[in-house]
Amino acid sequence: MLVTEPAAAVLRALEAEHGPLLFHQSGGCCDGSSPMCYPRAEFRIGARDVLLGDIDGTPFYIGALQYEVWEHTQLIIDVVPGRGGGFSLEAPLGVRFLTRSRMFDPVEQAWLAACPPHRGPAA
Amino acid sequence: MTATMKPAATAKLPAGAAGYKITIPVRARYDNWIGGEYVEPVHGKYFTNPTPITGQPLCEVARSTHEDVDKALDAAHAAAMSWNHTSPAFRANILNRIADRLEQNLEAIALIETLDNGKPIRETINADLPLAVDHFRYFAGALRAQEGGISEIDEDTVAYHFHEPLGVVGQIIPWNFPLLMAVWKLAPALAAGNCVVLKPAEQTPVSIMAFMELIADILPSGVVNVVQGFGVEAGKPLASSPRIAKIAFTGETTTGRLIMQYAAENLIPVTLELGGKSPNIFFADVMEADDDFFDKALEGFAMFALNQGEVCTCPSRALVQESIYDRFMERAVARTKAIVEGSPLDAKTMIGAQASNDQLEKILSYIDIGKKEGAKVLTGGARRVHPGELKDGYYVQPTILEGHNRMRIFQEEIFGPVVSVTKFKNQDDALAIANDTLYGLGAGLWSRDVNTCYRMGRAIKAGRVWTNCYHLYPAHAAFGGYKQSGMGRENHKMMLDHYQQTKNMLVSYNPKKMGFF
Repeated sequence: MLVTEPAAAVLRALEAEHGPLLFHQSGGCCDGSSPMCYPRAEFRIGARDVLLGDIDGTPFYIGALQYEVWEHTQLIIDVVPGRGGGFSLEAPLGVRFLTRSRMFDPVEQAWLAACPPHRGPAA
Repeated sequence: MTATMKPAATAKLPAGAAGYKITIPVRARYDNWIGGEYVEPVHGKYFTNPTPITGQPLCEVARSTHEDVDKALDAAHAAAMSWNHTSPAFRANILNRIADRLEQNLEAIALIETLDNGKPIRETINADLPLAVDHFRYFAGALRAQEGGISEIDEDTVAYHFHEPLGVVGQIIPWNFPLLMAVWKLAPALAAGNCVVLKPAEQTPVSIMAFMELIADILPSGVVNVVQGFGVEAGKPLASSPRIAKIAFTGETTTGRLIMQYAAENLIPVTLELGGKSPNIFFADVMEADDDFFDKALEGFAMFALNQGEVCTCPSRALVQESIYDRFMERAVARTKAIVEGSPLDAKTMIGAQASNDQLEKILSYIDIGKKEGAKVLTGGARRVHPGELKDGYYVQPTILEGHNRMRIFQEEIFGPVVSVTKFKNQDDALAIANDTLYGLGAGLWSRDVNTCYRMGRAIKAGRVWTNCYHLYPAHAAFGGYKQSGMGRENHKMMLDHYQQTKNMLVSYNPKKMGFF
């Protein structure tokens, strides 16, 4: 996981207001394909959800099936001026987290294949 | 309750709005609609609502909290005392009167929808609004024709089945067809005898308010209540309230899961429509002649740009048979390049503005990842900056990307005017690619061979398979998803079931005891 500095600043502000948070990458229509940010206890992480990593200590999850088609890309969490986005916490600030991506190179992909990610809630 | 008079101030509209028949104003500020009137939000906060056409502010809208949701629920429960017990004929008549009123003000509401959402006025006038009008009429008719059931268990015992409303339901509406999607949910809910608290998308809050104002003298107070605001502040208190008997949501998967989670806590039913990644499949025989049918197939290809691609069933994966691929794509690219871009308020414009800035950014990020994954841009591929007052609007060029089905641009809903194109060899290959997706909402099939159409249509795992057509949404044709695309079927009388309880009265006409005790 990578994060841009503006996104990290928004995340810090949200954490100060709401306490520990988590991200879950959404799919589907409307506000799909966007990361959703919730109070950590709000969203039930399922046993098959994949922990992609963390952003300054905030865990970032994606659904198991979606992971299969996203695993070759690294996600870069950015923030843009925007409106709405389900129940994600940043919306009232007039901004929206945005997932940008880059392709993992073959060396990185080999490393990732050798180190399967954690699935399910943090131990 | 602090009731306010309807605010007098009207919004400043883009220059292109002049010339349309404005029978209902766009107000400079919108409160919530509770108990049949405008009610200020408890905390007195508002947010600015821009028009995607220019990116400039259009109006202010109530930024509601759980206190406002509670007020709306109070009004809905009060109204439910009588509305839940009205006769089918009474409710059907009201739905028909709503349809008539909407039809009489079609151009004004279409204009408001275009201003708020950014879609071309030719679509709101010819599709969104006529479909909304018809939807009320359909459910008025469906309700009148609905029957319960009588089952004769034996000659002394009869099971009667009655339809009863659920009571008060919650509905959360998306921003891509703001009024039409609200109507898809409102018409069956009202027909079934429920009262509603509805939370519009914060990107597109206006048309539903104009609609509520328009029908204020038709619909009894409190039967439909609209609470504006952000998802986390107003949507969540609604979805998690123990005072709703059902929640309906259209949107995306993570919020869908969260809504199911809240529903699980209250043990209430849910209907969800969560999008798709619809394949649009062109078999070689479409090019057997250069005739009306082929022309229609090419239009079917270009349908990815309808509503700027902001459709849950956007035909965003085009699968073209290898033997015609080059010839077909030459024509398809030409057809796409002929799409008229411009002001959504110009009746000639075919593609307008994306609904929000973050939507624009997301689409551009997907075009970027598509290029990084090795997809080839056949046309488009960038933001469109129109001159004049449109320069800060959210426009994207109709874009065709060529690649393969494991690319992310083939697997995730971009929700923009972007189609990802690939080839297939034969029917089995086409089916494998078509079904290689997390979703199953819509699909398109194009062939002159009825057997190809039938076999493929039955084998594709999607709730709607358009066959030699695309993007038709008539009432009376069930619409809903397989797989991660959700649950429930809208647009059809079967949606009444999702808003009704079944009461079974099991009656014995035998005076003799059973004999157990």
